Amino acid sequence: MLPLLETEAPGITAELILQQVANGVAKGSVYALIAVGYTMVYGVLQLINFAHGEVYMLGAYFSYYPAKWFGYVPETGEKPKVPLYLIGALFVGSMAACAAVGMLIERLAYRPLRNSSRLAALITAIGVSLFLQNAGQMVFGADPKGFPVFMDQESVPLGPIELANTKLVIIVVAAIMMTGLHLFVQRTKPGAAMRACSFDMRTARLMGVNVDRTVAMTFALGSAMAAVGGVLVAMDQPRLTPLMGLMMGLKAFIAAVLGGIGSIPGAALGGLVLGVAESVVGTWSTTYAEAVAFIVLILVLLVKPSGLLGKSGREKV
Amino acid sequence: MGRMIGILVVSLAVVLGVNWFLDSYIDQYVVRVINMCGISIILAVSLNVINGLCGQFSLGHAGFMAIGAYVSAWFTTTLRYFDEAQAKYVAIEPMFSSQWGFVPALIVGGIAAAIAGAVVGIPTLRLKGDYLAIATLGFGEIVTIMITNFETIGGANGLPGLPAYSNTFWIFAFVVIVVMFSWYLQRSTFGRALIAIRENELAAEVMGISASRMKVMAFIYGAFFAGIAGGLLGHLLQTISPATFNFMKSIEVVVMLVLGGLGSMTGAIVGAIVLTALPEALRDVESEIGLVGVRMVAYALVLILLMIFRPQGIFGQKELSLKLLGRLIPGRKSGNAGGEE
Amino acid sequence: MAEPILEMKDINVYYGAIHALKGISLTVNPGEVVTLIGANGAGKTTTLATICGLMRSKTGSLRYAGEDIANAATHRLVAKGLVMAPEGRGIFPNLTVEENLLLGAYARADKEGIQKDLRHGYEIFPRLAERKKQRGGTLSGGEQQMLAIARSLMSRPKLLLLDEPSLGLAPLIVQTIFETVDTVNKEGVTILLVEQNARIALKHSNRAYVIESGEISTEGNSADLLTDPRVKAAYLGEG
Repeated sequence: MLPLLETEAPGITAELILQQVANGVAKGSVYALIAVGYTMVYGVLQLINFAHGEVYMLGAYFSYYPAKWFGYVPETGEKPKVPLYLIGALFVGSMAACAAVGMLIERLAYRPLRNSSRLAALITAIGVSLFLQNAGQMVFGADPKGFPVFMDQESVPLGPIELANTKLVIIVVAAIMMTGLHLFVQRTKPGAAMRACSFDMRTARLMGVNVDRTVAMTFALGSAMAAVGGVLVAMDQPRLTPLMGLMMGLKAFIAAVLGGIGSIPGAALGGLVLGVAESVVGTWSTTYAEAVAFIVLILVLLVKPSGLLGKSGREKV
Repeated sequence: MGRMIGILVVSLAVVLGVNWFLDSYIDQYVVRVINMCGISIILAVSLNVINGLCGQFSLGHAGFMAIGAYVSAWFTTTLRYFDEAQAKYVAIEPMFSSQWGFVPALIVGGIAAAIAGAVVGIPTLRLKGDYLAIATLGFGEIVTIMITNFETIGGANGLPGLPAYSNTFWIFAFVVIVVMFSWYLQRSTFGRALIAIRENELAAEVMGISASRMKVMAFIYGAFFAGIAGGLLGHLLQTISPATFNFMKSIEVVVMLVLGGLGSMTGAIVGAIVLTALPEALRDVESEIGLVGVRMVAYALVLILLMIFRPQGIFGQKELSLKLLGRLIPGRKSGNAGGEE
Repeated sequence: MAEPILEMKDINVYYGAIHALKGISLTVNPGEVVTLIGANGAGKTTTLATICGLMRSKTGSLRYAGEDIANAATHRLVAKGLVMAPEGRGIFPNLTVEENLLLGAYARADKEGIQKDLRHGYEIFPRLAERKKQRGGTLSGGEQQMLAIARSLMSRPKLLLLDEPSLGLAPLIVQTIFETVDTVNKEGVTILLVEQNARIALKHSNRAYVIESGEISTEGNSADLLTDPRVKAAYLGEG
């Protein structure tokens, strides 16, 4: 009687699904970049850093202002050739700025609460998130900003499907960043300190680990990864708003839970699975695609709270 | 029991008088703010049973409100849907088309929300702390997405044309009811069981309290009144949309509780009034100093500073004593429910 | 006599309103094994936590190798050779034995020295060498305790604080653990040992302090305390 589900296209073909899977991989790569920030902070502090989505938003805005200097703005019609090193500088600048913001948030809002209840910390995180959203609306303005274009969007054919070049960039850059982060955490000494803190902060301290510095570094790394996500998305969908981090943050957190909180490969896997699932469901209904993440979340929490790659056991990493 | 009914009847009479007075003599904008405060009180006091007494951190209150609002609107409002066969919009006349249908519609909305509360409560029993928070948040989001996909009730554009049935009398009648119920509940065996679960679930189980059952009951109770509040809000605003009930709404209610002191009902009431009336008062200040948006920034800052410097809220888990209040207000007899926790 | 390696004077520590340490004073001289014995809740672990900077004293002085460490951060103390092997062993269950040991050398940078100490650690604890690729959580209780001690040694301690090494272990294993304590001490590491098992702790130490409700009640040579009638009655189950 009452139509609950709107079917969009009549002809859903295998190619179309494959196309959606490819788009989903790009979407999922962004989730993964943001999810690592949630997963690392949760691993070390057992805190859902609600403000992390806002750091991603800031990452996009931090690159917006310098990009206006040399990018192509659709309204003016000018089309400068942007050298690669400038684009690289854009990423690095945004990463550095977000890392600083992440460390500042940790120092001012979370460190005073290190020994309080987890509930107080969670509410503070919500407060920081609200603060950044609203301060963002005041500083950047509430209306959407069009990100300057310095890479013409074109389709790249990949067998039976095609993918926008900006989406390919997302997938490649995200893969490089995630691999780099994984190696950093597994192979380097600061990485070892992070792992030690996530197992047992007290013992890590007894091993000579500077816990405060390690926590600050965790925030800096996670925030820098989110900044990369912010710049990549701004290049692909040039529309920035101060609230763009809200849903993205929630979904990236869900990706982290899905992959197994505390695990960096888990965040990557969770992000990809979630991105593909949303994209494929989106073939039928874009609004129901929005529900996918939350249904996945509740299912994971009920069936396997440790996630796909998480280790179940005593320590909640 | 008899005394309880007595207090209820007297309070409702007072509310009726106040309603008449406000309608006749007070600026409609002020009345509206007072009404919004009333709805906030219902939300905060009902959420306090789940989050404060039972210690189950829920971020899904807006979802329950949405269910209450849309279900009650279903009974009172003319709905339209596009009929493909006739190629035109078809109207569905409401089941209750007078003021008399309002309370039954609200109750049905509350029951629907309570059922949702049970549905949410049962599977989330295994979760604790921040995982529970994020799961209930997910539930709320799913509710609003479902509504967005439901064209007959307006979809993403919202549902207009709810009759303006909400007024000070109905809102504060339910305020009186939820406050009285919750007050007695806090002192009942059930309330003490909830507190026991909050303090130490294992110890509570060992004492023979079925933690699972109690948690679900707390969710049902909280969700019922959230549904009522949703219905009241809908018939006050007259237009509802999924965005009215997004998870910011849930967070708002949580902040009210936290400000007052999680676990304190009087704290919840004070938090609800402060956080509903204050932003309204600041609206003028904001436009005067020409910094639109500073209100919300300040709101967020207060929340962070509160957590750092006074995480237990204004009242902690204590109740504002009516006796104490009675002494402050000369000539007031204070014999009924009161005393310090 | 040489300058003490550790000197605590009039240390007072509170947990909120609870007065956990009430004016504790003790000294440890280089090369000694000193033990702190006492009942559950007497303040033994709090004393160690205060020494390594996890808790702070409101009064008094705390000196390590002639330096005031009352406000020093734990990780700095580790770098200076003041190391604690925590109670309940505190190993990293998801890391392998070798990874656990390498984390013990976290504060050091000399790669060759670390490899040398790793080999030496395996010599002292051959059981750990057999299990070096195994995850820490899969070891037995005694092996975990050995791992905790071996891991502390990796940071080349001058003063090693051992918190209840016998906790939850079978008597035979306890014997082995204490034999390694002797070995470690012979290699030049000063040890401050906290124990509930007073008999074995007194047998393997030079001097001892008895702590009761946050205060030092008795102190002396371990051999003397073993025959002290009050100690015998209260801690050795004789009398």
